[in-house]
Amino acid sequence: MSDIAIRVNQMGKRYRIGQLHGQSYRTLRDSLAGMFSRKEQVNGGHIWALRGVSFEVKQGQVLGVVGRNGAGKSTLLKLLSRVTEPTEGEAEIRGRVGSLLEVGTGFHPELTGRENIYLNGAILGMKRAEIERKFDEIVAFAEIEKFIETPVKRYSSGMYLRLAFAVAAHLEPEILVVDEVLAVGDAEFQRKCLGKMSDVASEGRTVLFVSHNMSAILRLTEETLVIEKGRLALRAPTAQAVDFYLSRGYSQEGQRCWDEDEVPASASPFRPLALRVVNGQGKVVNTVRSIDPLTLEVEYRLGAPIPGLRVGIYLLSTRGEYIFTSFDTDEPQMYERYATRQPGSYISRCTVPANLLNEGRFVVGINASSYRIRRYFQDEQALTFSVDAAGAPGMQWPEQRLGAVRPLLKWEIEAR
Amino acid sequence: MAVRADSTVTYIRPARGWLAINLRDLWLYRELVYFLTWRDIKVRYKQALLGIGWAILQPLLSMVIFTVIFNRFLGVQPSPGIEPRLYPIFSFAALLPWQFFQGALQRSSISLVVNANLLTKIYFPRLIIPLSSVAAGLVDFLFSFIILIGLMLFYRVEFTLRLLWLPAFLLLALLAALAVGLWLSALNVQYRDVQHMVPFLLTAWMYASPVVYPLEAINVSQFWRLMYALNPMVGVIQGFRWSLFGTNPPDMVMLVSASVVLVLFISGLFYFRRMERTFADMI
Repeated sequence: MSDIAIRVNQMGKRYRIGQLHGQSYRTLRDSLAGMFSRKEQVNGGHIWALRGVSFEVKQGQVLGVVGRNGAGKSTLLKLLSRVTEPTEGEAEIRGRVGSLLEVGTGFHPELTGRENIYLNGAILGMKRAEIERKFDEIVAFAEIEKFIETPVKRYSSGMYLRLAFAVAAHLEPEILVVDEVLAVGDAEFQRKCLGKMSDVASEGRTVLFVSHNMSAILRLTEETLVIEKGRLALRAPTAQAVDFYLSRGYSQEGQRCWDEDEVPASASPFRPLALRVVNGQGKVVNTVRSIDPLTLEVEYRLGAPIPGLRVGIYLLSTRGEYIFTSFDTDEPQMYERYATRQPGSYISRCTVPANLLNEGRFVVGINASSYRIRRYFQDEQALTFSVDAAGAPGMQWPEQRLGAVRPLLKWEIEAR
Repeated sequence: MAVRADSTVTYIRPARGWLAINLRDLWLYRELVYFLTWRDIKVRYKQALLGIGWAILQPLLSMVIFTVIFNRFLGVQPSPGIEPRLYPIFSFAALLPWQFFQGALQRSSISLVVNANLLTKIYFPRLIIPLSSVAAGLVDFLFSFIILIGLMLFYRVEFTLRLLWLPAFLLLALLAALAVGLWLSALNVQYRDVQHMVPFLLTAWMYASPVVYPLEAINVSQFWRLMYALNPMVGVIQGFRWSLFGTNPPDMVMLVSASVVLVLFISGLFYFRRMERTFADMI
């Protein structure tokens, strides 16, 4: 009996270019035309989403997987959960794989909470007896006791999400594959999910955990894979892997540009071009001084008018904790003026005031969405920059200050 | 799944050629067939005032229309030896398997595309999707069957032991629907032309089957009769009418239809299995 749960050997997956970008299906007419032209399958039409990846995971190990958007993480998980087949190489998996590739898959809006628990459970591979046994636990975890007979289309998005995660979390496979379930939901719920994840890990099950949340990766995993452009770039103890990923993963001297193939087709008509950190002198920089204001700018193009579009930034610590979120149409005047943004090229620019950020490294993410309608594009780790606190108020005591921010506050001292 | 005992080893590697049917997996996921079928039925009649009543109304209304147009206006008669006044129940006997077949094709041809979010996220035997969309028609069938019993009492049609054959012909109809459903659903993943073609196909198919007219109306040589029987629904409807009225006992026509069903079913299974590994990437 071997104690290896997953063994991946030189695995690779190739897509036709069209398959990755929109137009994936062919019409009969295309095929008939192709029969006569024969030029269709030239070599240039393919792209390797993943290639030459080999690794092993021991039973009971919790392994993190990090990588930029489009690096091939999702392809790896899809291969391991057998959703799609590899083009080359092979993998050997001991035990059943349960995947949380996306919570709520298979939920039907017309069915009630109760009905969806059974349906979703069956889709995820649970037996009916098992669902019945865990039913109360699932309902309690999701906190939806009162709405159990209500169609889920009437649920708030939070309730919907809690229920979806609750079903998936009560699945008990030997190998659990988790992709970014924690990106959603409120803080309280995220904490609960993380708790559930550590329970799963402590029960001795093997977990493959993909996330952009570095603090979650650091907390839950001991070893981590870094995937870069379809290849396994590094496998190392998590702290080291996170450092490696943060240092080279996405920081390019204060500027992050998006190539065509890094932007998912689903982002259209929003096309991100660049995100920049600009200092007080108008230079694109990697390090700013905390005593200077800094400007963050997002350059993008719209292929079609988008009603209610808001383009915003996240500021995060390198541990993945959010410091703030801000959108370009936060102000009511801006919101009204840009009710529908017309096609064209834009730069949305914001200024972070001087004396706000503490020294250290920060991560900037971007989000382009229409509230409650659609999220066009999101990259929570678009780039990093450093803040230098030299000369900042309080530096007369050259010590490390706690906290992500170091605001200059108005103090009064009253002698009484 | 908490059962550690079934620590099975799964090998993931590129598949080549024509795959064998993975019956073991299908058996492991049998409950999913039940749940997806149940979902299809449940969702179909949600927020409909008449709900499941539609399952009864649809064949009844078709029967009325056929009787008025074909029987009264155009003078189409039932098979020789059956009283002309029995035309309504004569056409209803054919509508029963036909509407099952029609509904099954409508649902199964788009089933994979409609469930794309499942196919791209989770592994399960893909056969389950068209299988459950065909099975979802069985409940409707059951309701129309009760109406048929009612009509038989109303028209005083004799109940005979031949009726015991009905399940066999229902099975043939089910296999025929599944066979065509496998082909169309897999083709539709690659060619969306299929879903535009299906409504037209079904109209043509109905007139190519003895639904509104008796089998005897196809008054041609034996060779062309057998050609006509290449349409699997010819055999199915012949069987239904025989077990109810004793017309046209199973003969070469039935044999040809049943063989076509078998060929379509087996080739459909293999085509589906061959295509299914690309579903998640193509859809």
